[in-house]
Amino acid sequence: MEDTTGTDRGSATVQVSRLFQGYGRTMVLRDVDFEMQGGEILALIGPSGSGKTTLISTIMGMMPPKSGSVHVLGVRMPNREQLGNIGFMAQTDALYTNLSGMENLKFFASLQNVDKRRFAESAMHAAKIVHLENALNRRVAGYSGGMKRRLSLAIALIGDPEILILDEPTVGIDPELRREIWSELHRIADQGHTIMLTTHVMADAAQADTLLMIRQGEAIAKGSPEEVKEQYRATSIEDAFVQAGRDQDAHLGND
Amino acid sequence: MRTWAMTRRVLTELLRDKRTLALMFAAPLLILTLMYFLFQGANNTNADLAVRSVDADLVSAMQIDGMHIHDVTASKGSDADGGTARQVIRDQDYDGYLEQSGDSLTLTLAGTDQTKSGLILQSLKSAQTTLSAKAASATIASQAASLKQLEQKVTELSAQLLALNAGKQTASSSQSASPSTSSSGQQSQRNPSTTVTVTYLYGDADSTFFDTLVPIMMGFVIFFFVFLISGIALLHERTTGTLARLLATPIRRREIVNGYLFGYGIVAIIQTVVVVSYTLLVFKTEILGSLWTVMLINLMVAACALTLGLLISTFARTEFQMMQFIPIIVIPQIFFSGIISVDSMPRWLQAVAHAMPLFWGSHAMSDVVEKGAGLSQIAPDLGVLAAFIVVFLVLNVLVMRKYRRV
Ligand SMILES: Nc1ncnc2c1ncn2[C@@H]1O[C@H](COP(=O)(O)OP(=O)(O)O)[C@@H](O)[C@H]1O
Ligand SMILES: [Mg+2]
Repeated sequence: MEDTTGTDRGSATVQVSRLFQGYGRTMVLRDVDFEMQGGEILALIGPSGSGKTTLISTIMGMMPPKSGSVHVLGVRMPNREQLGNIGFMAQTDALYTNLSGMENLKFFASLQNVDKRRFAESAMHAAKIVHLENALNRRVAGYSGGMKRRLSLAIALIGDPEILILDEPTVGIDPELRREIWSELHRIADQGHTIMLTTHVMADAAQADTLLMIRQGEAIAKGSPEEVKEQYRATSIEDAFVQAGRDQDAHLGND
Repeated sequence: MRTWAMTRRVLTELLRDKRTLALMFAAPLLILTLMYFLFQGANNTNADLAVRSVDADLVSAMQIDGMHIHDVTASKGSDADGGTARQVIRDQDYDGYLEQSGDSLTLTLAGTDQTKSGLILQSLKSAQTTLSAKAASATIASQAASLKQLEQKVTELSAQLLALNAGKQTASSSQSASPSTSSSGQQSQRNPSTTVTVTYLYGDADSTFFDTLVPIMMGFVIFFFVFLISGIALLHERTTGTLARLLATPIRRREIVNGYLFGYGIVAIIQTVVVVSYTLLVFKTEILGSLWTVMLINLMVAACALTLGLLISTFARTEFQMMQFIPIIVIPQIFFSGIISVDSMPRWLQAVAHAMPLFWGSHAMSDVVEKGAGLSQIAPDLGVLAAFIVVFLVLNVLVMRKYRRV
């Protein structure tokens, strides 16, 4: 089976083909089809409720596809072991508030199979990126919303995973820190790692290599920020998104 | 590896939660202490009995420990329809009223407290025994006759009481009641007295209801607190999203459940040590069997409570909903854990009892504590407990499929 051999799938690190996904009877994603290469940063943009989180859960293998398939590093998802290669940041912070920041990092690192000898260095590095190095010994219960967000990001970064999947990583993070985080994400991508993130913020979208616009469960546009702007003859990504939405409505109306 | 990380995290979180810690370790001791005082006192029953126109011989024969007899002959009013009895009992807050009219004796019992009624009946019985020995004397011959009539009734009533107290008389301390003949041969064929001889196979006359309760309560408090606290802990993981987050790592579902099992297992061991030492040192309870066996049983009970608690927490959305399962899942178990003798229950209730983990736990525990049973004798009980644990474990792993299929 091609599913288990990664090499013959080309260089795609994440491959989503003809994916249909939903909850019960309601379909949330319809015919989503794309792939990502190592070193690529892909931003999923779309209004809330459009299915971004659902797409991410499916890629992580938390929900098996209704139809179609998802492969991560050549392995068909859902696959438990493969989760060890994915650094994940959920949309809502899921942290142990009775534990300190460091204890949270340590706990998730051990679940993620991060090598013990590399842990201290890796944890310090991740904490520095999100400017939490001085708060690591405090209980998370005393963290602000933004600090919790940053700790969640640090947990995703720890152990230098092959794939990073970040659901709204920049919510509640100030512009200065956001810039630093982006430069770190670019550095990680330059090392050949694959990064996928969701965002509402057009400034974030502009930083990505590839945009995937999702609206009402369909991928309505895909390409680099320049390509997308050009395609819709828009001056900003926002305008392009609005135009793409109009086209989608018109298309649906014609059906 | 990952299981150990889970275990360590569960324990660290618990250690940081001082209130819950206090609940797990202090509350069981508080409950046991309360029961100790409540059920020790049960031996010192006393009863107030009003007597009217009752022969002085009979009254003096009825004076046994705890009986307070008040002669109300001087006060006005006497009728046969029970109106006076009712009034005297109510006005004076007495527990019984005995009236003699010629040859017949009428006893009215308040009946609000079975132990007090029991004491009055017992005093009548002993009076009857004493008097029947002297029955040759003409003055009391007639009384002996009427007493004999009453005896019938008393025997009936005490039979009922005995049944009522069956639970208290303990499931384990077996009593052999054998009629023994009265010493004065002359009366014995005419009026065979029934002296109850009680032999204790285990324990002695000083054994109280509390001694029976100790092994049962030990299992119960551990079951209750482990069930509640572990259930709420997992529920909390579910509502805060950390459970879904855990399942976004390569952890196995069973590693999560095992992490909880080991974490709370350690807590249960400490809890058992605390509870057992407390009962040994403070209540001077005798444990006939091995302490290790006691530990093992409690550990199994805790594992059962844990796996059941985790499972039940799936069906709760809030902590309050988790509490709502206590009257459904936990409280009924205590009725079937030996406080009331299961053998005397109707067949269908016995079947219900056997479906309760605590029934098996308490059964094993009572055997070890009171009869000195060894591991091989309680092996069947432990086997059933193990089966419960395995079933609950598997169900837990299955319900987590909701979050991740693999
Ligand atoms: N657990 C769920 N059960 C049922 N419907 C859901 C569930 N989660 C999300 N949805 C629905 O799926 C749609 C897409 O949700 P989501 O993927 O969270 O969107 P986004 O992340 O883009 O805001 C929404 O209409 C939402 O109501
Ligand atoms: Mg979302």
